[in-house]
Amino acid sequence: MATLHSDAALSVPAAKPALRHSALVRVTHWIITLCFFALLLSGIEIVISHPRFYWGETGTVMDKPLFQLHIPSSRKTVPTGYNYVLPDANGWSRALHFEAAWIAVLTGLLYLIYGFVSRHFRKDLLPSSADFSWRELWTAFVKPFRFRRATAAESSSYNLLQRLTYLFVIFVLFPLAIWSGLAMSLAFASAFPWSVTLLGGQQSARTIHFFVSLALTLFLVVHVLMVFLSGFWSRTAAMITGRNGARKERT
Amino acid sequence: MNKISRRKLIVSGLAATAGASGLYAAGRLAEKYGLIPPDHGGIYGLGETLTYASQRLLTRHSLAREFPRSSISPRPFQNELAPLTEDFKRLQAGGFADYRLSVDGMVAQPASFSIADLKSYPSRSHITQIACEEGWSYIAEWTGVPLSHVLNLVGMLPQAKYVVYSSMEPDTWDSIDMADALHPQTFLCYGMNGSDIPVPHGGPLRMRLPRQIGYKNIKFISHLTVTDNLKKFGKGLGSIACEYGYAWYTGI
Repeated sequence: MATLHSDAALSVPAAKPALRHSALVRVTHWIITLCFFALLLSGIEIVISHPRFYWGETGTVMDKPLFQLHIPSSRKTVPTGYNYVLPDANGWSRALHFEAAWIAVLTGLLYLIYGFVSRHFRKDLLPSSADFSWRELWTAFVKPFRFRRATAAESSSYNLLQRLTYLFVIFVLFPLAIWSGLAMSLAFASAFPWSVTLLGGQQSARTIHFFVSLALTLFLVVHVLMVFLSGFWSRTAAMITGRNGARKERT
Repeated sequence: MNKISRRKLIVSGLAATAGASGLYAAGRLAEKYGLIPPDHGGIYGLGETLTYASQRLLTRHSLAREFPRSSISPRPFQNELAPLTEDFKRLQAGGFADYRLSVDGMVAQPASFSIADLKSYPSRSHITQIACEEGWSYIAEWTGVPLSHVLNLVGMLPQAKYVVYSSMEPDTWDSIDMADALHPQTFLCYGMNGSDIPVPHGGPLRMRLPRQIGYKNIKFISHLTVTDNLKKFGKGLGSIACEYGYAWYTGI
């Protein structure tokens, strides 16, 4: 940074273009991406040790489940219909799950504080009430199915559907995942019993945690699909370097 | 550009130094207040330490949720059991009259207790959930003598930090800190749902910690050692479970 080569200096435009994504958004985005994959993998491993779900406070193989996943299990006490038992992976899975959760939560907190202080939420995500219309929402919904490259205006800001989806993920799904996860903790529940009773019991919390994780995974799939549809390299480059149209600049 | 960069460099340098010394100070403080678990090493040490430290700060004295009698699970699940040893079967044939719990380590008077001895002390009950790390859970009424009562009887020394407990099941042992050892709901448990605790549930004596996961609630407890240092036990991680990659602290 301190010593700029003259040819590099030439390519720096007089007015610095505004970054598509600020440095903090980019760094927290990728840390949380890594954590999410760790949480997903370890979460699946943990579910495999008891792929049955219940409602209320309690539930064991002696009870009728609300539903069960028809997959093999890593415990021979679980009736699965498969005649083999998968290896036990709960030791490292639980450790990885909680460690990734800690890093994700701390990173998420940093992002939240930044989002409020820098007005990132208000400027980039909150739709103004004048912007809201069902027609706009429908336009945003069908647009990706026309497989057209994003226009410059579309690349520099989010449409109504994107704004609402991101707000829902940040302020509903992630908090609910953290809450339902903590509600399963016996010690956390001892200090904050309402955190479990409000969700309908410890097993309900586990079932809710499962569905919230499914919703977050669905978001991830659609999110990555949209990135592909609007130009994988330019979108990904924007989230790494912060600049729009990184490819164009190079030619 | 040059000036800004230099200022940036100085500010980030200062921030990094402050961060590093802050972390170091936090580490020393955490150590002093017993917020570092014995299995704090390795790649998952950060997560284990954050969980243990934060739960100790938030839940040191909190009581596990208790339930009304009507929510007791009608068919409590009996988890897999390792084959019982010959020694255990012999005691079982004798109705556990010769079963003993021995207590040693940092205590004024090492002692040994029969089940009848333990039953002669003030008995306590709670209707609480037992939850397995796999995800299932049930509710039962658990009866026993608070571990703190027995620790008082043997005169635990003030510098003690942990209670190590081991089972008649070979190579089965674990340990807890004083927050759990002296917690009013931590029982040497000999009764379940109004009768003697059945062998498949850990009878005649089970460690019952309603704020920790099932595998920490070890069955067939026969030996307690009070200590200020877990390094001398096994690989020094605080439990046999840790040696298989499972956490020492299981409040979550």
